[in-house]
Amino acid sequence: MEADPNAPLIVEQLVKTYEGKPAVAGLSFALRRGECLGLLGPNGAGKTTTLRCCLGLARPDSGTIRLLGEPVPERGREARARTGVVPQFDNLDPDFTAAENLLVYGRYFGLPAATIHARIPALLDFAGLSSREKSSIRALSGGMKRRLMLARALVNDPELLVLDEPTTGLDPQARRLIWDGLRKLLAEGKTILLTTHYMDEAEHLCDRLVIVDSGRIIEEGSPRALIDAHFPVSPSALRPANLEDVFLKLTGHELRD
Amino acid sequence: MIPAFPVLSLRALAVWRRNFLVWRKLALPALLGNLADPMIYLFGLGYGLGALLPEIGGAPYIAFLAAGTVCASTMNTASFETLYSGFSRMHVQRTWEAIMNAPVSLDDVLAGECLWAAAKASLSGAAILAVIWALGYVAGPLALWALPAIFLTGLCFAALGLIITAISPSYDFFMYYFTLFITPMILLCGVFFPVDQLPAAVQSIATWLPLWHSVELIRPLVFGELPANPLLNIGALAAITVISFWIAVVLARRRFLK
Repeated sequence: MEADPNAPLIVEQLVKTYEGKPAVAGLSFALRRGECLGLLGPNGAGKTTTLRCCLGLARPDSGTIRLLGEPVPERGREARARTGVVPQFDNLDPDFTAAENLLVYGRYFGLPAATIHARIPALLDFAGLSSREKSSIRALSGGMKRRLMLARALVNDPELLVLDEPTTGLDPQARRLIWDGLRKLLAEGKTILLTTHYMDEAEHLCDRLVIVDSGRIIEEGSPRALIDAHFPVSPSALRPANLEDVFLKLTGHELRD
Repeated sequence: MIPAFPVLSLRALAVWRRNFLVWRKLALPALLGNLADPMIYLFGLGYGLGALLPEIGGAPYIAFLAAGTVCASTMNTASFETLYSGFSRMHVQRTWEAIMNAPVSLDDVLAGECLWAAAKASLSGAAILAVIWALGYVAGPLALWALPAIFLTGLCFAALGLIITAISPSYDFFMYYFTLFITPMILLCGVFFPVDQLPAAVQSIATWLPLWHSVELIRPLVFGELPANPLLNIGALAAITVISFWIAVVLARRRFLK
């Protein structure tokens, strides 16, 4: 199937090797505007490498990437100006308050101070941190930090959000708060690309999934379609089949790292 | 193949402003801290040791040392900022990675860091200049020309420091840089005593070191004289700055943009 040339992200035949070992071995996929696409795979499958290539932060060995119409990595900066990124590890600025983190991050996009200041209350509200505007980052819980990372990624009002394991390490309550936030963003028409190890997260949030292993796509489709295709009959008499059954069937039960 | 020269944009200033905002929160203690250490050396050695020494080139030892202290302190501040503070931002806090997820290139991040460290070093050098001026060790307004020379010294040592930061696995690594490069340079480049006290072979090594060029520029200006070879000194510091920054960017690209 030929990808829509206006798709927010088009990845074709992406190859990236590290020290002779292929991390990504010929990946092709495209994002549809307004959808949430989940990139699933065991540790070391090539998910983070794929995201880094898509953002122009790692140079592919071969293949082409267009992010928001811009060729990447050549025009990665222009593409990132319209993208919001939540990386896997917290990298909020510990020397700043919650509001200062948003202000300083907005400057990296070249936004005028007045624009950023006008956006900060809504962003803090979105993150459920309105009362923590002047709190030091060190005083925030893991869930609060994660929500602030998400708010920070929205400071440039991006068309596309790229989230690398957005809820890893959070308790179920904090995860649900993040999911609610992401659903709101989807309802506003934003497009989301995320990676996750949580199958319930993928099932609840994603319109489509791409399952990757050893740098290749081994399956793709909607969560429901994948479950129905692989488990017309549940593997357990006690519960219906779920995405985790599909994931383990496709990627095996052995540890990967 | 020669690796691509850094591509810079004004976005580097956003990185500079980030560091400035952090500094502003602790500006007074930071400035006092920057002043205290060199001042202790200046007065301790200047008065204590200076009382035993003859005048150097017609000036009391403490005046000789004061001009050298301006240079050494600028160098130290730029080095500490790019090494320890820079490494915290680069590696421990992952601040650089956060910035690169925005439309700011790695080259701009390094440029912002370099300009920031140079600015902070300039402040520290200028503060010492102000103190020794107040104490009467500065000859006259010609010393104002030391300010751009201080900034250039800051840029040069910031760029050199970024090379080490870009390849450093941990804070411990910086010990080598200080003990093998910075400390010998302070002793070889005429901060504490005139270079002509050294054996001829060592003197010729000294003339290749950036701090020597900085001292050659700044000390005469503090004494109210024109430097003997200003173009050579400026050219050497500028060349070391540009080449070091280029190397630092190439090494940082290797670290981050694999």
